[in-house]
Amino acid sequence: MEARTPHPSDLLALIVLLPLIGAFINGVFGRHLSKRWVTFFAIGSVAGSFGLAVAAVIQLMGMPEGDFLYIDLWRWFSSGEVTIELSLLLDHLSSVMLLVVTGVGGVIHIFSLGYMRDDPSFYRYFAYLNLFMFSMLLLILGKNLLVMFVGWEGVGLCSYLLIGFWFTDMQKAEAGQKAFITNRVGDLAFLIGTFILLFYSWGSLDFIGADGVSGLQTTAQQLAAAPNGTTVITIVTLLFFVGATGKSAQIPLYVWLPDAMAGPTPVSALIHAATMVTAGVYMMARLNFMFALSEVTMTVVAIIGAVTAFVSASIALVQNDIKKVLAYSTVSQIGFMVVGIGVGAFTGAIFHLMTHAFFKATLFLGSGSVIHALHHEQDIRKMGGLKKKLPVTRWTFLIATLAIAGIPIFAGFFSKDEILFFAATAHRSGAGPQTVVYVLAALAALMTAFYMFRLYFLTFEGEYRGDKHTWDHAHEEAVMNWPLIILAFLSTVGGFLGLPHFLHAHVLDSWFEPLFGWLYAGGHEHALYVLNHDAGTEIMLMGVSVVVALIGIGAAWKLYMTGKLPVAPVEAGWHKVLTNKYYVDEFYDLVIIRPLRVLARGLYGIFDVKIIDGLFVRGSAQLVSKIGDGLRVLQNGDVQAYVTAIVVGLAAVILLVGALK
Amino acid sequence: MDMATTLANPESSGSILLAALIVLPTLGAILLAFVPKEQKAAHRGIGATIAFLVFGLSIPLVTGFDATQAFQPQWAMDLGWVDAIGARFTLGIDGISLWIVVLTTFLTPIILIGAQKAIEHRVREFVISMLVLESAMIGTLVATDLLLFYLFWEMMLIPMYLLIGIWGGKNRLYATVKFVVYTVVGSLLMLVGIIYLYVKTGDTGPASFAFDRVLAVPLSHTEQLWLFAAFALAFCIKVPLFPFHTWLPDAHTEAPTAGSVVLAGILLKMGTYGLLRFAVPLFPEAMGEFSPLILILSVVGIAYGALVAYAQRDVKKLVAYSSVSHLGFVMLGIVAMNYQGLEGAILQMVNHGISTGALFLLVGIVYERRHTREITDYGGIAASMPVFATVFLIVTLSSIGLPGTNGFAGEFLILSGAFKDALPVTSGSWPLLSTIMATVAVTGVVLGAIYMLSMVRRVFFGPITHEVNKNLKDMSLREHLVLQPLIILIFVIGLFPTLFTSQMTASVKPLIDNVRPVVMSVRDPERLEKRFEANNHGASDPTAPRVATSTQE
Repeated sequence: MEARTPHPSDLLALIVLLPLIGAFINGVFGRHLSKRWVTFFAIGSVAGSFGLAVAAVIQLMGMPEGDFLYIDLWRWFSSGEVTIELSLLLDHLSSVMLLVVTGVGGVIHIFSLGYMRDDPSFYRYFAYLNLFMFSMLLLILGKNLLVMFVGWEGVGLCSYLLIGFWFTDMQKAEAGQKAFITNRVGDLAFLIGTFILLFYSWGSLDFIGADGVSGLQTTAQQLAAAPNGTTVITIVTLLFFVGATGKSAQIPLYVWLPDAMAGPTPVSALIHAATMVTAGVYMMARLNFMFALSEVTMTVVAIIGAVTAFVSASIALVQNDIKKVLAYSTVSQIGFMVVGIGVGAFTGAIFHLMTHAFFKATLFLGSGSVIHALHHEQDIRKMGGLKKKLPVTRWTFLIATLAIAGIPIFAGFFSKDEILFFAATAHRSGAGPQTVVYVLAALAALMTAFYMFRLYFLTFEGEYRGDKHTWDHAHEEAVMNWPLIILAFLSTVGGFLGLPHFLHAHVLDSWFEPLFGWLYAGGHEHALYVLNHDAGTEIMLMGVSVVVALIGIGAAWKLYMTGKLPVAPVEAGWHKVLTNKYYVDEFYDLVIIRPLRVLARGLYGIFDVKIIDGLFVRGSAQLVSKIGDGLRVLQNGDVQAYVTAIVVGLAAVILLVGALK
Repeated sequence: MDMATTLANPESSGSILLAALIVLPTLGAILLAFVPKEQKAAHRGIGATIAFLVFGLSIPLVTGFDATQAFQPQWAMDLGWVDAIGARFTLGIDGISLWIVVLTTFLTPIILIGAQKAIEHRVREFVISMLVLESAMIGTLVATDLLLFYLFWEMMLIPMYLLIGIWGGKNRLYATVKFVVYTVVGSLLMLVGIIYLYVKTGDTGPASFAFDRVLAVPLSHTEQLWLFAAFALAFCIKVPLFPFHTWLPDAHTEAPTAGSVVLAGILLKMGTYGLLRFAVPLFPEAMGEFSPLILILSVVGIAYGALVAYAQRDVKKLVAYSSVSHLGFVMLGIVAMNYQGLEGAILQMVNHGISTGALFLLVGIVYERRHTREITDYGGIAASMPVFATVFLIVTLSSIGLPGTNGFAGEFLILSGAFKDALPVTSGSWPLLSTIMATVAVTGVVLGAIYMLSMVRRVFFGPITHEVNKNLKDMSLREHLVLQPLIILIFVIGLFPTLFTSQMTASVKPLIDNVRPVVMSVRDPERLEKRFEANNHGASDPTAPRVATSTQE
């Protein structure tokens, strides 16, 4: 392994610290500050963070390939051989995430100024949002698994706080709690994986050591070389994958994300589309040196990703809530990224993560603009024709829809196709390509094009179907338009960072070379992943993708623009199953939540109260008092009886002693 | 104090600091007896002042603590006491007791100020009880003579009995009797054990209760088993370890806030402290034999406490059951018997005192306003008490172990210790059992979130369902003063746990070096030698790959 040179950098600490300061000021003093000051601290801290992030990334770009920036803040844990520093790392992988998070995050902060303007808890909203930025940055920049875990749980907390932001509504509070607890189930697996690694790595959890070589990467290689080591790797990576399914809303832990739409819409854009939910994908890419070593894990990851992409896309086909469509779409798109990890397309996964952040943020903010204009109406059956009232929203929404549907030139096309290309052609040495995964993903892409255009047509085209009063008051706002325009622009050009391989201009591929290059190094003979470099195949597959997207769009046009199919749900059997999301929530309720509640009540009411306390504790007390009652007969105060007993006893003792002698 | 110095200085020696910490609160209590009963403010003021003084006096313990000293008690003191039977007044402090002593002196003034409004009648008696209790608790933690320890141990019982019995709720009588009977049953057996050990020391010189003399007594395997059982029962009831916990919910619900805080904050730790200080080092073979049982009971306690907490309708009872779950973690760390487990366990004792203490204080704050603890009597009060809700949420997060808070620091160390003790799974029956148990213990992380957040949601979120809750007053200045120090500590320990654990290392080392091998030889004989090979390997070459050694095991 080549040594990579570390360079200390204080910038990293500032990048993370600024949003924390913003959160602290607004959280503690916000209620006494004017909106202007709240805005200043909220936006200023994130803008500052973004500026410093750009500076740090420029510094990184100027360094020899593979070098990285880091800072050790203080020794967090030190017990026995366990030593864990609170330290940050900026390398080629975290730099991409850093720019996406601070950039998109900053834009969404600005959009929120308009969206949340009239909310009485304006300051609290921005305190939470800044706290989220802090946690997310910690997650991205953490130099070891434990610092990442602080951010990992921190974003979960902020998600909880923001989903339940309007806490007087019990449903929203419940949605927040569901998100937190479902995530914690994943965190549990994350933690167990961490503890196992801690044992095998001599108490260190650094992704990369201070010398640029050691760290978990070395641990992984040593494990791979040891007998039974691969089993350990498989167990550990599967545990981390379960962690990822929680945070990144994959089967079986995806159920919290659709409910999370209860939060304010900019929150859905930032946390539940662009950044936090992709953390699982980022974590797996971070641990690529371990995931890639286990064929079992990689297969599981690819299949779960593909099934998730397919299943959630099918649910999105029939949803009528504008945000629910986008929520299931997010689950489905993250499924694509997870497929990317599973088929060895680590660059593709992060690439799609980035473009998805752009176009999904556009879509969510666009939906926010619509919801804001229509006085919190979210039902697309009561929309239509909004292109007249909301032109900027409409155009940006259309661009993002084209991007997610996979139409060439737009960003989503390139990133999604890279993953599909890998799924169809790349394979581990000794195994074939994962055709099933490719087919499922391609079908999901077909449905994506369909449901997104269904959404677009029903919202912006055709005739308005709501009440007139709302229509008259519908309008756009500049502070919300600019973020849309910026993000739509990025959704258009973002894909050029990863042009198809046959053009030999894949910027991200060379950028990630120091991290992911080892997967494909060694040529056809020794590479872990064998790639197909045939330009013809790549072009053919791209053609297939385009055709698939056009079929989906055409079908949506036929059904929703020619006006023959009613907008209301059809009462067909399959339709009902989809509308009810395959009854998964009901299933979990029946199999997990209710039994848990019954168990809790039973343990308390029967075991604790009746058995331990009733039978043993009080039972023994009663036994003592019964014995006492019995013995009371013996001490009734009758002196004659006492004397008799003493005499008889003495006689007995004497006789006994005599007999023994 | 090793034996030589003890014998060389039969009259007196050492520092009087620890003795001052014990005596000062009691002196204060005596002083209060002369202040007229009606002057409630004077009692409160004097009580709080003395508690603050004691806290101030305990600060040198932290600043002057020598973290490099091994099993040498610091600020040691040795006075003649009951010379006729060889009982001496010997005190000392080390890395195991240090932070619990400081926690005691820190919490006492907070409790006294916190109770200013809640305790309205018999104020003098209340303050006196609290001060005497403080003396007893500090004494229990710093006594290095077994008889002295036992004396202080029993002395804690009386003020606690009064706290619940006089200022308690409706069923206080039942709760008090249960509390006392449970505890006395356990401690009487311990007394028998102490006397047995005392007699045994007579074989090697004048009979003595001194800890180091007792430690030197050779004990057969069977003797160890019986004595361990006698000691451990007393301690496990106090912890309380499942299934000896049913006194706790009753005691907590009936006790006034002050009683609950002191009970959860400090008294429960006497159980885990006693195990670590006496039962484990004195009877290591028995610890090895009992380890599987204790391990299973601790982990069952973690899950059971959490599940039963989930079924509660009374906030205070819920917090009480959460203690059963949290103390299960402490026990898990003790059973793991490595640096991470033991340091984590000691740290978690302090953490639990802070977080659960804060939770009881918070429950007390709403109780003073509404005089009910039923969850259903609340709902939506985050709207009327936003600051209170925020503080409550922060403490909740600490209780469920969110990283960055103290709860995570303790649980992380304990669980990494537990997994380290278990892995690799393939090397015998203990690793298998302990891997399963460690894994079940981690589910406590999820269960904790379930019961705590459900409670928070039902109390604070949703619409306000009861008219009276619309105009609840948010936290007062006094309430802030009481809680802010705890909030600050939640983050200080969470971010800088090493400040605390580094003081423990030298005192934990003898346990690892001397006690652990014996425990292991009984508990896990097939793995013992290989484990030490692995350790030596690591010691001679720190960069040597752990992997190869571990997988060979």
